Amino acid sequence: MAPVPTERDLRLDLFRGLALWLIFLDHIPSNLVSWVTIRNYGFSDATEIFVFISGYTAAFVYGRAMAASGFIIASARVLKRAWQIYVAHVFLFAIYLAEISYVSHSFDNPLYSEEMGVLNFLNNPDVTIIQALLLKFKPVNMDVLPLYIVLLLWFAPILWLLLRSPSLALLVSAAIYTLSWMFEWNLPAYPSGDWAFNPLAWQLLFVFGAWCALGGAGRLARWTKSRVVVGLAFCYLAFAFSIAMTWYFPMLGAYVPSIVGEAIYPIDKTNLDVLRILHFLSLAVITVRLVPPDWPALKSPLCWPAIVCGRHSLEIFCLGVFLSFAGHFVFTEVSNRVFMHVVVSLSGIAIMVGAGALISWYRRIERQGSGPRPPATKPGYAGSEA
Amino acid sequence: MKGRFIFLLALPLVVGVCQIVPGPAWAQALTECDVPNRQNEIDFPLPQVKKAIAAKHLNVLVLGAGSSQLPGPSGAKNAYPARLQQALSARLPGVEVNVATDVKPTRTAVEMLKTLKTSLADAKPALMIWQTATVDAMQAVDPDQFSHALDKGIKIARSAGSDVIFINPQYSPRTESMIALATYVENLRWVALQHEVPLFDRFNLMKAWADLGTFDLYSATKKLDMAERVHGCLGGLLADLVLEASKASVPNTDSGREPGK
Repeated sequence: MAPVPTERDLRLDLFRGLALWLIFLDHIPSNLVSWVTIRNYGFSDATEIFVFISGYTAAFVYGRAMAASGFIIASARVLKRAWQIYVAHVFLFAIYLAEISYVSHSFDNPLYSEEMGVLNFLNNPDVTIIQALLLKFKPVNMDVLPLYIVLLLWFAPILWLLLRSPSLALLVSAAIYTLSWMFEWNLPAYPSGDWAFNPLAWQLLFVFGAWCALGGAGRLARWTKSRVVVGLAFCYLAFAFSIAMTWYFPMLGAYVPSIVGEAIYPIDKTNLDVLRILHFLSLAVITVRLVPPDWPALKSPLCWPAIVCGRHSLEIFCLGVFLSFAGHFVFTEVSNRVFMHVVVSLSGIAIMVGAGALISWYRRIERQGSGPRPPATKPGYAGSEA
Repeated sequence: MKGRFIFLLALPLVVGVCQIVPGPAWAQALTECDVPNRQNEIDFPLPQVKKAIAAKHLNVLVLGAGSSQLPGPSGAKNAYPARLQQALSARLPGVEVNVATDVKPTRTAVEMLKTLKTSLADAKPALMIWQTATVDAMQAVDPDQFSHALDKGIKIARSAGSDVIFINPQYSPRTESMIALATYVENLRWVALQHEVPLFDRFNLMKAWADLGTFDLYSATKKLDMAERVHGCLGGLLADLVLEASKASVPNTDSGREPGK
């Protein structure tokens, strides 16, 4: 069996916390502050970071459970987690319904008669709400949690394989990814089309994260530390940055040879384009080099706000989705000035940090209140989650 | 919302290169509803339109969905297709301009293809203006299927002897958090580039109007006056694009424009 690491890497919480902030900023439509987020400067965005780290921490937490208590117990815990995420998703859908019902009764403009048709699903809730509960109808920006649910549903067998033969598990994952590209496999959505995040493709990043957690990172270290790889990663990031600039300055597009354009476009987010994976990996290689695990700043107050968010990722993710609805609501109902964009973005992040701190505090007093626990349930679970 | 403009203007200074390329030609004619430094439009030559103008007879077909029309008894008169006809007639003295429409709400690109051949046969246009992508985004149609429909529509129009212009979705701030336009806007843009089809970037234009305060696109009203002024502006600026693109030099023959040949 592969060794399961014992100490939680604070960098995971830090970068997952940062990814949650970026997802929040990106989810507010037309948010000026979202110019700072990484999706504007390359191919990948915060979703890749979130999925990779979630795979890493899932393997970290449940891998130890599987090694200690066996397949059945660990699977049960993974499924319990999937259920929690499902409940969270349904809760967010209820909030979405509230928002859309309000808009449909308060907004009318002949210029937008076509666009208002998006509210028509309120006319047949008998179908849409059931489709939403089946995870087929997913409103805008509510695609990540369903992806996470599906990834966890088949995580137990993958984890079992990862603990026995990590390379084989990674190969299986890559094979599923390739097949989903070759045969255009995806899960169906309602009212038409497929899932916006194809779980059959995105599982590759999740499993790769899990593989890294179970010793893969150590095996890769020889490569990730080599100057050649870091140099290549840097070149690739520079290439992605220059392509990204042509999105904002179309006249720069004239300098992109048409062969390059033909080769790279369209950059497919649904099916996790290889260009996006490479971009994420390049970012990861450079980040790992710049931020060592024992980086002193990780324990400083500077990093604490992001770490406390990353530690309670499910709660903070849901809060972020809610806050982005609320932020857009403020833009339309109160003010849409630059100042307001900054205020909404910063106060949203402040609320996320406050909520993260509150949850940590709750966990602490609950642990104190319930007295000493039997040690068997404790490993890998104290204050952390997948 | 002026911040984005300051940002957009500041970055080119950093990049520097932008200044080497001459600005778009319509920067010279700033009307009240034009916006400065509009740079996201793609213009490619329109050889059929050029020929039609030379022959003093220009037929245009507008193929579109709900955002190409206005409600009410005078809706057809005030919607952008009719305003385009006015603007083109005024700017092309001596040329007979006819704008026909094939416009019905809630149609995806695939659904528009169904009537396309008949509409082309009826209107015999030198130019097809295709407004699409909004309904596809609302129904979350498979993006590949959407792109294929665009490919097919361009081929059908060109084989019927017509140039093509795309119009992308409206910027609609209130429904922005409910309709995921981005993928469809990107795919439309990419197909336009591949097939050398000019793109009228209605989305960024209207966004700039909202930022500059030209129009209050957030307002809730049943009145038509703002919608009519918006369509008037769209018609006029669309005429600018048609005339600019028809003046642009045409490389070789028509067959040279098909990608992959």
